[in-house]
Amino acid sequence: MKKTTLFFVILLVGGFILFSINKNQSRVSPRESLAIKGSDTELQLVSNLVEAFLEKNPGVDISVTGGGSGVGIAALINGELSFANSSRKMDDKELAQAKERGLNIQEFNLAVDSLSIIVHSENSTQKLSIDQIGKIYKGEITNWKEVGGKNEKIALYGRQSTSGTYNFFKNTVVKSDYSPYMLSMEGNQAIVDAVQTDKGGIGYVGVGYVRGENGQPRNDIKIIPVGKDQNSSAVSPLDDEAVRLDNYPITRNTFQYLSQFPQKNSLVEKFLLFEMSEQGQEIIKNSGFFAISKEDNQKNQQLLENIK
Amino acid sequence: MVFKKDIYFSENLPRLMFGAMAALTVFSLVSIFIFLLISGIGAFEEIGVSEFFLGIDWNPTSFYTPAWGIFSLMVGTAIISVLALSIALPFGLSIAVYLSEIASPKMREIFKPLIEMIASIPSVVLGFLGLLFLAPFIAKFFNISNGLNALTASILVAVAALPTIASICEDALSSVSVRFKEASLALGATKWTTIKKVVIPAAGPGLIAAIMLGLGRIIGETMIVLMVAGNSRAFPTSLLDPVRPMTASIAIEIKEVVVGSLHWQSLFAVGLTLFIITFVINLLADVLVYKKYSYGN
Amino acid sequence: MATNGSLRETIYFYMFRGSAFIGIAILFIVLILLFLPGHSVINWHFLTSSWQHRDITQGGIFSAIIGSIYLGIGVMLISFPLGIGTAIFITEYSKNIFWKKIIRLAIRNLAGVPSVVYGLFGLAVFVNFLSLGTSLLSAVLTLSVMTLPWIITASTESLEAVPQKFRETSLALGATHWQTIKKIVFPAAFPGCVTGGIIGIARALGETAPIIIVGATFYLSSLPTSPLDKFMALPYHTFILATQHSSPYASSYAAGTALVLISLTFLLSFGAIIMRYNYRRKKDW
Repeated sequence: MKKTTLFFVILLVGGFILFSINKNQSRVSPRESLAIKGSDTELQLVSNLVEAFLEKNPGVDISVTGGGSGVGIAALINGELSFANSSRKMDDKELAQAKERGLNIQEFNLAVDSLSIIVHSENSTQKLSIDQIGKIYKGEITNWKEVGGKNEKIALYGRQSTSGTYNFFKNTVVKSDYSPYMLSMEGNQAIVDAVQTDKGGIGYVGVGYVRGENGQPRNDIKIIPVGKDQNSSAVSPLDDEAVRLDNYPITRNTFQYLSQFPQKNSLVEKFLLFEMSEQGQEIIKNSGFFAISKEDNQKNQQLLENIK
Repeated sequence: MVFKKDIYFSENLPRLMFGAMAALTVFSLVSIFIFLLISGIGAFEEIGVSEFFLGIDWNPTSFYTPAWGIFSLMVGTAIISVLALSIALPFGLSIAVYLSEIASPKMREIFKPLIEMIASIPSVVLGFLGLLFLAPFIAKFFNISNGLNALTASILVAVAALPTIASICEDALSSVSVRFKEASLALGATKWTTIKKVVIPAAGPGLIAAIMLGLGRIIGETMIVLMVAGNSRAFPTSLLDPVRPMTASIAIEIKEVVVGSLHWQSLFAVGLTLFIITFVINLLADVLVYKKYSYGN
Repeated sequence: MATNGSLRETIYFYMFRGSAFIGIAILFIVLILLFLPGHSVINWHFLTSSWQHRDITQGGIFSAIIGSIYLGIGVMLISFPLGIGTAIFITEYSKNIFWKKIIRLAIRNLAGVPSVVYGLFGLAVFVNFLSLGTSLLSAVLTLSVMTLPWIITASTESLEAVPQKFRETSLALGATHWQTIKKIVFPAAFPGCVTGGIIGIARALGETAPIIIVGATFYLSSLPTSPLDKFMALPYHTFILATQHSSPYASSYAAGTALVLISLTFLLSFGAIIMRYNYRRKKDW
């Protein structure tokens, strides 16, 4: 018994020492902190931004978690945090709920995402129209040969209902309920992994996930060009020009939502300014996204100007 | 003269202290049920009990009207439970027979802890290995497009439940009175016949308890099914179909719900259902074990 | 003389022996399958540096390790005393047989409730009702409530295994009830309680579902300094790396994190098993 008591005492003391070392490393005054939750599509991007921001602004604490846009928005409405990532707009119901709880929701445009349709690298389909994609995800088209591919059953991969991408895709492309046969994966990466090995697979992911290490498109999946309808030319989500000219049909803004107006000189304001800065924009580009349009940029400016 | 006061304090202080601890514990455990009930009861009121349990479609975020039926979720849980149990039970029982009847004491001392160590493999690790190795293997083996289905999940869940089943079966078998075995062997039966016709039946209630406890463990498994069961809304019709059990649905959807909304309440209702199912199964197992101890030895 | 019966018996016995070997093999297969993709990732840097998001090959899982350690210590500090104290009360003090049985039944069965349900409970009570938010404290409290039934059950079994003779002799020699417990019963049962407790902690460290619900994060810029801070943890980190991260190295890093996690749980469980083994050998009743 003496030995076990000794063991526990050592464990407790050790834990206490770790704790105090850690505590002594922080400032005497409480550190400013910010908790960010939400979109999985934006998780990588925002984590990259936060990391770079912290290099310039040490001494503050920022945490980022994914889970899906729904998670961030719910946390915002629940009062758990004041800053959420969302790859879809908040809907009227959510805005009403927020208003009921006394929140003054502010919207910030972060980046432009060209939602990409991916298939197995050996899939012979050349292009798809929005209408075809919708039918595929509704379950009305079930074999690749119906859209110009091989005779192979289509295996549907999508996100879960917490995902902003799931909701955006449902509302703009599918315009109905998803086929009940769609497999709900936990994140963008899970969809990429699945489509990589499934000859009949199709999935939708944020454009940040189809680029490889060096910014070039991944070669272990095939990115399908999408056309507005079967007669228009199909455009690739990686085509910078096309996306900028709004020719890629599944483009969307990704957002960040604040629960209140940011205070002057607050961490939130500084971080937003950083995101709009040249370095921030560079990171957005390197993470695989596109810069927001001039009009949206002006809306952001407006938000920040109102703080002064 | 001994001061009665001293003894009074030194005797009653610990008693009060431990009593307080016990009260706190019991209170917090009872409050589990209460909080689940409070948070979830609204769902039953608004959705209706029969619609909740018998409705086939669970689609709270539907494009049209939300659907709140957990029947396909319960079927998902049931499929994995039955499949995983049918894998883990023969295995666990065989291992238990080996450990208690066949193995030499030295082998038993080595093997039993090793089997128990399987229980300390975190389920997220099993799920990860399933994603990385088992699912692709199953896809290739059955020549289907992917391996995210009930079969893959059940195999891994069976691995997770194996130590529980093996361990409790082994306890049950080894606590069969030695006299039974000796009598049987003295009457000329072989070792195997003894095992088959004497030991196993005598350990009956204990074995059933093992099954039920293993079942409880299987029903409650969340991470493995979250990662490899496929999670599709369709009603599963074969073992190679993806399934969406109750546990995974809760874990996935709970973070996106607004506190107090109907979706929140209905997820708590699912949790309440799970709580009651596992509690009842464990209770039955307990009753059986008590019964056994009043018969045998 | 080999008759049909004994041939059958031999076959069956090989089957049973075989299944035991397969069972053990599973343990090693899991370790090997993790080791293959994961071992290249593990080095001193990996274990001691913070997570680098933009290029995960530059960072490490120190924050997740610390987070898990904090969780483990916190759960231990709460559930050990409460659990063992409750067990002592149930076996040594409570007189009413009916209540004793009911409480023990209830507690034993709570040990079988799914961890995700405990997560829901933690969400309703600690995160929302007590407004602790998704923090280290909420997670510690939730995991403690989850571990309590297990520790109580293990401790009561251990206490009940102490022969009644011990207590009777002690009381007959003039010791008070508390003295008997303090000096005779508890020391005898202590190793069993501790063993059960360590296994409970090992289980709690490996749980992912409750902490997904109650609050682990993926990216944290600094280690938690107060119980209300956010935290990282090994199981959650493994889960995210396995399913959501886009780096091409994510898989290997997930395997590396999983290896560290499994080493931790194995170490604790194995230690407990060895302790129990020594205890049973030295026990002289």
